[in-house]
Amino acid sequence: MSQETAYANKSIFTPFNIIASIIIIAGLIVTVLRFTKGLGTVTNLDNNNPWGIWIGFDLLCGVALAAGGYVTSAACYIFGLKRYHSAVRPAILTAFLGYALVVLALHYDVGRPWRLPYPVFISQGTTSLLFEVGLCVFLYLSVLFIEYSPAALEWLGLKKIRNLIVRLTLVLTIFGVILSTLHQSSLGALFMIAPSKLHPLWYSNYLTVYFFISSMFSGLSMVIFEGSLAHRYFHNKMDETHLKESKDVALGFGKAASFIMMGYVGVKLIGISIDNNWHYLTTGWGAWYLLELIGFAAIPSFMYAIAVREKNLRLVRWAALISVIGVVLNRFNVSLVAFNWQLTSAERYFPSWSEIVISLFVVTIGLVVYRFIVTRMPILHEHPDYQHDN
Amino acid sequence: MGISRRQFLGWLGAAAGTSAVLGEKTEAASNKVFKGYPGSFGVLHDTTRCIGCRKCEEACNRVNELPLPKIPFEDLAVLNTKRRTQSDAYTVVNRFINNGNMQPVFVKSQCNHCLEPACASACFVKALKKVSTGAVVYDSSLCVGCRYCMIACPFNIPAYEYNNPLTPRVMKCTMCHPLIEKGLLPGCVEACPKEALTFGPREKLLKEAWQRIEKYSDRYLDHIYGEHEMGGTGWVYLSGRPFADIGMRDDLGIQPASSYTSGPLAAVPVVVGLWPVLLTGIYAISKRKDKISEEERIEAVSRTKANANEEMKAKLAALKDTMTKEKEAAINLEVKRALEDAAKKIKAEQPESAKDESVNISGEEK
Repeated sequence: MSQETAYANKSIFTPFNIIASIIIIAGLIVTVLRFTKGLGTVTNLDNNNPWGIWIGFDLLCGVALAAGGYVTSAACYIFGLKRYHSAVRPAILTAFLGYALVVLALHYDVGRPWRLPYPVFISQGTTSLLFEVGLCVFLYLSVLFIEYSPAALEWLGLKKIRNLIVRLTLVLTIFGVILSTLHQSSLGALFMIAPSKLHPLWYSNYLTVYFFISSMFSGLSMVIFEGSLAHRYFHNKMDETHLKESKDVALGFGKAASFIMMGYVGVKLIGISIDNNWHYLTTGWGAWYLLELIGFAAIPSFMYAIAVREKNLRLVRWAALISVIGVVLNRFNVSLVAFNWQLTSAERYFPSWSEIVISLFVVTIGLVVYRFIVTRMPILHEHPDYQHDN
Repeated sequence: MGISRRQFLGWLGAAAGTSAVLGEKTEAASNKVFKGYPGSFGVLHDTTRCIGCRKCEEACNRVNELPLPKIPFEDLAVLNTKRRTQSDAYTVVNRFINNGNMQPVFVKSQCNHCLEPACASACFVKALKKVSTGAVVYDSSLCVGCRYCMIACPFNIPAYEYNNPLTPRVMKCTMCHPLIEKGLLPGCVEACPKEALTFGPREKLLKEAWQRIEKYSDRYLDHIYGEHEMGGTGWVYLSGRPFADIGMRDDLGIQPASSYTSGPLAAVPVVVGLWPVLLTGIYAISKRKDKISEEERIEAVSRTKANANEEMKAKLAALKDTMTKEKEAAINLEVKRALEDAAKKIKAEQPESAKDESVNISGEEK
């Protein structure tokens, strides 16, 4: 009831709504341009740089940052850490929205979007890592949809089918982890076919391992980061269990992230040693690489460790933010910055305004849909009818 | 949520099915060596013979029915800037002038028709294929337009119709595959006035190239570019200058592109096979741990309860004992008192009555 009065009192022209609608209108304009004039008009892509931020950000970062879904559900249902149960639904929702938006963004990037099902149904190019990515993303999006659906079904009051789906939880979770392992790592492996184009510091036989491990702490950090945002904006939607568990979730996930990031830094160093790439560290590329590895992986890992020891929630959240930026930086480096590093600066790519607009547009749609769902469906709280289930 | 045997077998079946479906990948990732289709064709480009007349570009444009460029092919001023293949230019000639060196070198670039093409390996809908004539051909009816082939190509050859909003194609040299099938020469080879281009079976071209190197060892470097680069290419090159100086990368290695991705592809069956078992195992272990700890909890509680019961019983028994004793004592006392009272009464009322009577009266009194 307090909600309703809040709605009644609030004007529709909140800062969020105004900014969101401006971005969405701009996005729609670029959408029209994209599908009438082509990629040449709206992007800075060219024959040497066929992939821009729609792949580097929307696809690579989108998938990595949506990893919270598999990480959280695995922690809760497979590893039996039931005290994180209240974190599962928000994580699954953001993962589902994340993947859905990845697919939406791909519609802009590929030439003939209506053929996106071709690799799965028409002609299977099984030697391609992109095939593996495509198949896994397709299957995982379906899995996430099913995993998310109980919340919608509870909201709609469809008890029978909801109970049926809840019974599939474990199978879906295991399936989700398998699919995530495969495509998170394969997104890195996409670039392994071009050792002549990717800078040796980023190119490695461990690229798959780097991408997979970083997806884990990326997912954990995103859950913490989103949690802090959700606390600020949707506090009234959270029930007692959620509020009680949320600190435990942040500290527990922070601890896990700290360990995983240490491992990540270690594996990266092993990768440099195996290819004997130490001498590159003294170059400008090396400085950039060290900024990514130390500034955005080792340091947040330490921050997490200290924050967890001191039970400092603020520091955990800062560490999460830096880790998230670190993952974005890593994906940008692999796909854009260190890719085609040997081309002259005139031949290099920098995104156009329209490309950035579409990327913002996609993120904004995500936020709007997220808000629509959490203000209506049992995501941050349990539905009273199903409180002692699952 | 326990796992029945039937459920477990079901999952195992699903896992096996997935492995069977994806089985092709493991094979693709194996260490087989492919040296190209036997008798497949290629072209030998002798850069020492090329004069940069752009006749090949013109022929290519005509044969492939590409749009005419704004600057005519006769205008050699375009050679002043470095060019790459475009969606409307499958082949381009570049001029390389090395400071102080006597003559410029002209190099024609186009699709090299790799023996194991990176683009075909990268294509997730098999729109690009290596065919037995040696050509790498493209099927636009399958292409989704993801441009991964362009990422994969080590020679930066495939181009994309960026200005086509709805039906963009990937454009590249086809080695004039339709002409070859008719027994004709590729357009560029046919047009070359200096025989800088030689068409033929790749094996023969390599022999020919080595002969030229041996015959004119001062004219040529002791290397045929494309014999081994990226696992071998259909087009092979001769040069008198280091290939790195004439815009051709000499750091590509001799492995085909597919060898770089075979590792990650081989990991697929491992994950698909291992993960379900491992994760179900972890689930079962954590579930069992929970169950055991729950059982232990229940046992501990019942043990404490039982102990408490016994203690309580003993206490109760002791209490009962004292209670009964006290009660008996109280009753005895009461009886005694009553008897005494009765005796006193009788004494007062009938002092002379007999002992037998007094007993009777005391019995009736209550």
